[in-house]
Amino acid sequence: MSILNELIKKPWLADPSQIEGPQASQSSFMPNRKLGLRVFLVVVTVIFSLSIIAYGDRMLFANWKPMPETWVLWLNTGILITSGIAMQWAKINTIRDNIVGVRDGLVFGGVLTIAFLIGQLYAWEQMVGLGYYANLNTANAFFYMLTGLHGIHMLGGLVAWARSMLKLRKISQLDGSIADVRLSVELCTTYWHYLLLIWLVMFTLLLLS
Amino acid sequence: MVLALVLVILAVGSVIFHIWTPWYSTPIASNWGSIDFAIDITFWITGVAYVIILVFMAWCIYKYRYRPDRRADYEPENHRLEWWLTGITSVGVIGLLTPGLLAWNDFVTVPKDALQYEVVGKQWGWNFRLPGKDGKLGTTKIKFISDDNPFGINPKDPNGKDDVLIEDDDLHLPLGVPIKMNLRSLDVLHNFYVPQFRAKMDLVPGMITFFWLEPTRTGTFDILCAELCGLGHHAMRGTVVVDDKTAFNKWLQQQETFATLYPKAAAGDTQLADNIKGPEKTKTVLSSREISSKKLVH
Amino acid sequence: MSNGAIEDTQVIPAAEIEEVELYHAHSFITKWVFSQDAKIIAIQYSTTAILIGLVGLVLSWLMRLQLGYPDTFSFIDPESYLQYVTMHGMIMVVYLLTALFLGGFGNYLIPLMVGARDMVFPYLNMLSFWTYLLATLILTASFFVPGGATGAGWTLYPPQAISEGTPGINGGIILMLVSLTFFIIGFTMGGLNYVVTVLQARTRGMSLMRMPLTVWGIFVATILALLAFPALLVASIMMTFDKLLGTSFFMPEMLIQGEIGPNENGSPLLFQHLFWFFGHPEVYIVALPAFGVVSDIISTHARKNIFGYRMMVWAIVGIGGLSFIVWAHHMYVSGMNPYFGFFFATTTLIIAVPTALKLYNWVFTLYKGNIHLTIPMLFCVAFILTFLNGGITGLFLGNVVVDIPLSDTMFVVAHFHMVMGIAPVLVIFAAIYHWFPLMSGRFLNEFWGQVHFWVTFLGSYLVYFPMHYLGFVGVPRRYYEIGETSFVPESAATLNEFITIMVLIVGVAQIIFIINIIMSIFNGKLAGKNPWKATTLEWQTETTPPGHGNFGKELPICYRWAYEYSPPGVKTDFVPQNLAPDKIK
Repeated sequence: MSILNELIKKPWLADPSQIEGPQASQSSFMPNRKLGLRVFLVVVTVIFSLSIIAYGDRMLFANWKPMPETWVLWLNTGILITSGIAMQWAKINTIRDNIVGVRDGLVFGGVLTIAFLIGQLYAWEQMVGLGYYANLNTANAFFYMLTGLHGIHMLGGLVAWARSMLKLRKISQLDGSIADVRLSVELCTTYWHYLLLIWLVMFTLLLLS
Repeated sequence: MVLALVLVILAVGSVIFHIWTPWYSTPIASNWGSIDFAIDITFWITGVAYVIILVFMAWCIYKYRYRPDRRADYEPENHRLEWWLTGITSVGVIGLLTPGLLAWNDFVTVPKDALQYEVVGKQWGWNFRLPGKDGKLGTTKIKFISDDNPFGINPKDPNGKDDVLIEDDDLHLPLGVPIKMNLRSLDVLHNFYVPQFRAKMDLVPGMITFFWLEPTRTGTFDILCAELCGLGHHAMRGTVVVDDKTAFNKWLQQQETFATLYPKAAAGDTQLADNIKGPEKTKTVLSSREISSKKLVH
Repeated sequence: MSNGAIEDTQVIPAAEIEEVELYHAHSFITKWVFSQDAKIIAIQYSTTAILIGLVGLVLSWLMRLQLGYPDTFSFIDPESYLQYVTMHGMIMVVYLLTALFLGGFGNYLIPLMVGARDMVFPYLNMLSFWTYLLATLILTASFFVPGGATGAGWTLYPPQAISEGTPGINGGIILMLVSLTFFIIGFTMGGLNYVVTVLQARTRGMSLMRMPLTVWGIFVATILALLAFPALLVASIMMTFDKLLGTSFFMPEMLIQGEIGPNENGSPLLFQHLFWFFGHPEVYIVALPAFGVVSDIISTHARKNIFGYRMMVWAIVGIGGLSFIVWAHHMYVSGMNPYFGFFFATTTLIIAVPTALKLYNWVFTLYKGNIHLTIPMLFCVAFILTFLNGGITGLFLGNVVVDIPLSDTMFVVAHFHMVMGIAPVLVIFAAIYHWFPLMSGRFLNEFWGQVHFWVTFLGSYLVYFPMHYLGFVGVPRRYYEIGETSFVPESAATLNEFITIMVLIVGVAQIIFIINIIMSIFNGKLAGKNPWKATTLEWQTETTPPGHGNFGKELPICYRWAYEYSPPGVKTDFVPQNLAPDKIK
């Protein structure tokens, strides 16, 4: 039922159809956590969109000196893509009921993400080493801010990832069902893909300007 | 009962207060009568709505106060009534917006022949700059500012040489001439506000903002800062004097120009200009290593 | 920011959740301190918000003492005055009103009103409160750092917020920005709860259009907040960079104490755009829940269905949407491109139409009602008056050219206090008098309630109505003292004195109110079940106050909308939402 249809209903008229069925009145058939993640991703989108708008606005000012390209960022991009693939692998294996596959995917994905974050730190290190201090040019400042913001979101993702790992361990020890971890892995994967997308947008932006 | 009465008293009392208030707009001294007109219209339209709604509500509260033998009406909605109310409100809003936007169109359209004056704000006082015979103001930059050039006028810009500099808080304006006030801040945000002119605008460091006006009566008026600018915000005052032509010209002739006040800087002493540079960039957390930044920037 | 959305709960529709599957508190600590029960979290949120709000209230007294009696109090200098102004504004807008309406009322009322046992992510909900508490503590700490709290005005405009000449440019501003960041993180955790609970955990039969307007108001306000607070977050982060790393996001080339500063090309206007992209929706984040609460209380106490329910819902949604394209009406004199004025004046005045319709509908709910002038009803009527007044002065300020002379004067101060200070606070009082019997099982004292109402209502009108006229005279806001001018009449000082006295009297009334609450918790008249004869589900719980899990063994089934008051052909003058059709007499 579309939300607009719902909004023009006259609620004071008797409508027995609304209490049929054993379930609660849900606006979507998604699990709550999945919907929660979607809403959260909207918030994340707003944060990054506004940062990018601010970036675009400041770019128009004089003396904007873009940062040089560095191979480290290309490498990091590759690592992040690979970690996304690993997470996807884990997700596929939750459906196939292959607990070893899930574990491999998760471990790989997580380790690569940590590698990505270390790589980002190295990129900072390199930029600072080359003298691209944050206070010298706003392009530099944006580079540190955007990558930092993205990194913090990645770190938050790692918290959720760690919880999924714990759950997975519990399952393999207690012989639980893989269904218990299916949703967690699926949500982690969504989040990873989304942050990858944001990174690609930001990276393109950094390259173009 | 009491509540209904109080509502009526507040509605009527507010109108009476408005009519006999000892506190109201200062007598206008600029061409922005259209702003006062828009305010008056807004008062009329909204005032009528205010009284009608409150009196109607008071009547409802009195008429439909609780009685055990009465039962409230059951009326989920009334489309006709709601459309009417929407319509009337929209008409009222259009009535407010039209004179407002027409006046705004004048406000943003600066006459071509307007004199170019400059207001310079800094913590916590005002300076002014008037163009010389050429009618043009010289360009400025913060980095040109020094003891020899407090306004930061570009020494290489010929338009700036004859600029009249007023280094105290006293500005004179000629009567009956459109003037574009170019606003420039040397430090933080300020706002150039003369209540009798009605117009005001922020001074934003890094950009030149403006508004225009035409003084319509002579007199001496206060300049206030209307954008919080720090500890001295309330004390950032100045005076603007509107003179007739002769008095104004007499005053103008007594003022000194960039060239006479600061001959060294105005002569385009390049050595002087080149020597003025910002302090060294301070190193911060992200800049722990010693390295020359200049070489690596392409 | 942790990935807040991922949280442990079973994916079972709420109506099927068994009592045994709920989170259970096992000790005093888990029940009252680290509680995951939305009702307890609501009380924690409300208490914290009201306590910090009292700090804000005291700050306003200090400010008014200076304005009413300049040159009298030696301990108030320009520095401390600006700190009072700033902290008062920020505390009241964000830490009191936003937290109380969404964290307080939202947590208490959403699950009860939609017929859920709890929020969908209780653990996250608990984290939300503790993060909010942390933000509040950091904010309070900023008073005590060297240099004191920031005095940049609640708008925190750079460059002055972080450059010499403004109070609290070191520890003060940094703690403010950090505190705001924590507030936003905490709010986001709570906000996800409110949105998902409303969407997913409604009981059987509770379709969206059967929800009480309170839930609609809080729901839409939460969405606004989730979309608007990121702007403040981004602005805060960028300003923190400018302050700590010396970057030039907002810092232009400028003199700092007469010396040429190190920054280049920063854009102060960019900050203002970001700030008001948050700041204007923020007005509606406070107003929309108030709209909802007022609708429900008026309807209940007038024994009449809310007039034009659908229009009310559409207006809430419409106002919410429009509130994102009006922000620059706060910036008419900021020096932005003046042609923006045409667009923003138009959108701003368009938003007046749905807002006015809501107000008409409240009045038409009274029309042909059977009005009980209880304390909650009194406060609602007072709200309509102050909101109407503040809305009207909003038409002055929204209309770009009229804003030019009035902007940054006391007129603005009077306007926003009337419309988003007094009006929502009156609704908060109405709500507390209305729902206190549900939360505690007792009424608040009626006599002291009357005293509280009349002093607050008349007092605050007398404070803010004449204040507009100081703005017409041309008295700017945020002035430590107006001093000598050629245009402000001497009588203005008398008016300022009068306003200060009224502020103190109104302040005393709030203390009476707090004492009334504390006394009534223990000695209030017993209220019994559903004392106002309301239809909504929160009053239909098995026990009053509602116990753990809100409802009894079975969740209620919702058979009708929330406004079945005095329906024809029914003996009683209300039919609760969960009363089966065959049981209606």
